[in-house]
Amino acid sequence: MNAIDKVLTARDKNRPKITDYIDNLFTDFFEQKGDYLGKEDASIYGGIALFHGMPVTVLGHRKGNTVEENINCNFGMPGPEGYRKALRLMQQAEKFKRPIITFVDTPGAYPGLEAETMGQSQAISGNLAAMSGLKVPVISLVTGEGSSGGALGIAVANRVYMLENAIYSVLSPEGFASILWHDSAKRDEAAEVMKLTAKDLYDFGIIDGIIGEEDLYRAVDETLVKALKELKKMSGQELADDRFNKFRYIDKKYITGQEIAGEINEQMESV
Amino acid sequence: MVNVVDQRKSKFERYKGLRESIGETPGAVIKTVDEYSSWDRIVDVADQGSYQEFDFVFPETDPLDFPGYVEKKEKMRESLGVRDAITAGSCTIDGRPVTLAVMNKKFMMASMGMEVGEVVCQAAEYAANNHTPLIIFTASGGARMQEGILALMQMAKTSAAIQRYKDGGGLYITVLTHPTTGGVSASFATLGDITLAEPKALIGFAGPRVIEQTIGAKLPLGFQRAEFLEEHGFVDAIVPREEMREKLSQILRLHPINSFSSI
Repeated sequence: MNAIDKVLTARDKNRPKITDYIDNLFTDFFEQKGDYLGKEDASIYGGIALFHGMPVTVLGHRKGNTVEENINCNFGMPGPEGYRKALRLMQQAEKFKRPIITFVDTPGAYPGLEAETMGQSQAISGNLAAMSGLKVPVISLVTGEGSSGGALGIAVANRVYMLENAIYSVLSPEGFASILWHDSAKRDEAAEVMKLTAKDLYDFGIIDGIIGEEDLYRAVDETLVKALKELKKMSGQELADDRFNKFRYIDKKYITGQEIAGEINEQMESV
Repeated sequence: MVNVVDQRKSKFERYKGLRESIGETPGAVIKTVDEYSSWDRIVDVADQGSYQEFDFVFPETDPLDFPGYVEKKEKMRESLGVRDAITAGSCTIDGRPVTLAVMNKKFMMASMGMEVGEVVCQAAEYAANNHTPLIIFTASGGARMQEGILALMQMAKTSAAIQRYKDGGGLYITVLTHPTTGGVSASFATLGDITLAEPKALIGFAGPRVIEQTIGAKLPLGFQRAEFLEEHGFVDAIVPREEMREKLSQILRLHPINSFSSI
């Protein structure tokens, strides 16, 4: 599969949505709406549910299934209110010591007039900063399109996984081609160059695992159970430190050149 | 640490740059050349002779093996005399020690790759370890596309480091300069305890062109400018260049290290 095929698969309208994951993996879901500051943004969907009997906060981007839903959910492109709602739910999860599970599937945060006016930048940076210090387990799954700051805004997690056919990138391939080559038609080429597939992200050391899609819900369930079992051994401070260290040093091998040095040492030893 | 020779001269000439050459329409402003450099800022803000630049050396970062990227950086380094799109160091302002970082938009539109992100983090960590306030002059076109997903991750990395510094009681002041957009705007630029902006600076998450394409309409005059952000409650004060040093000094004065000792 070429990178662009992955992009198109990740965007496929028939791909499972957050509502499907909640129906298949969680019970007793109670939806929570609103940012409590003046607006409800349906492009972020979330609430409290039971996962194997344990209360968790679950939230993520929602694209919707029908045209009406698509429009209501702004095709999964949140405004600042969506990010603030996500933050409200996550901070509440921390208060009640519930693990947080987020599902990432967005073309990006919405680039609109109102979104800018209401502080899209501040909403996203606020989430990045606050999530880095949460004292409960946070697990993120990139299920479809993980595009730009709009994806990262709910994905500062202790464990980040991607589905086999999901993508995660700095920008859409169209946007990338437009910025670097002034030609959004070069998206296929951009998709290849950007290294945005699950395997690429795993090789970069950015994600913790790739989830196969053959027996999808079972595979996701097993991944979540395994991750939660590991994370529940940690104290609140250890969880915050674990997440802080993950992102603070996410590019360590490039910044310090340590991996390269390690490889050289191995070579030296073998000689 | 490297000593920087001060050259405090013709500074009011330099201030003219931005304000006189910018029109009111979004987009037009991006093409405007602003000769006021990151060195000019440091010279104008820091006490004379006090600035000591951090001498960071990182390996060359090119995670996508992007054609021409390394060559482009080398060329920029040679012509501008800086390593990447940010410069950081320690200095004093009216005798008060601060950690200061300044972004340089002439270096690939001050886009944020791993090196820029690392300098922001290390500046925050230096400020924490030395109990100094942290001041960052931001400017950026956003994440550095040539570093792909690793550039995106800098948003989380810098935000985490800044938050940790702030949680430790550190004072973080950001000065949003023209233009501050994208991944920088949506990370450390908008996490300040105090947020200042330069007059007419373009500040936003999405660039004006992208918004116009999305909504299919022209943007109103003054949209995403510093004054617009001030009106909507995201900026404490708009400060012209000639008043910047004085304003920063005032904010520092109001944050003594031992705030209860004077009563």
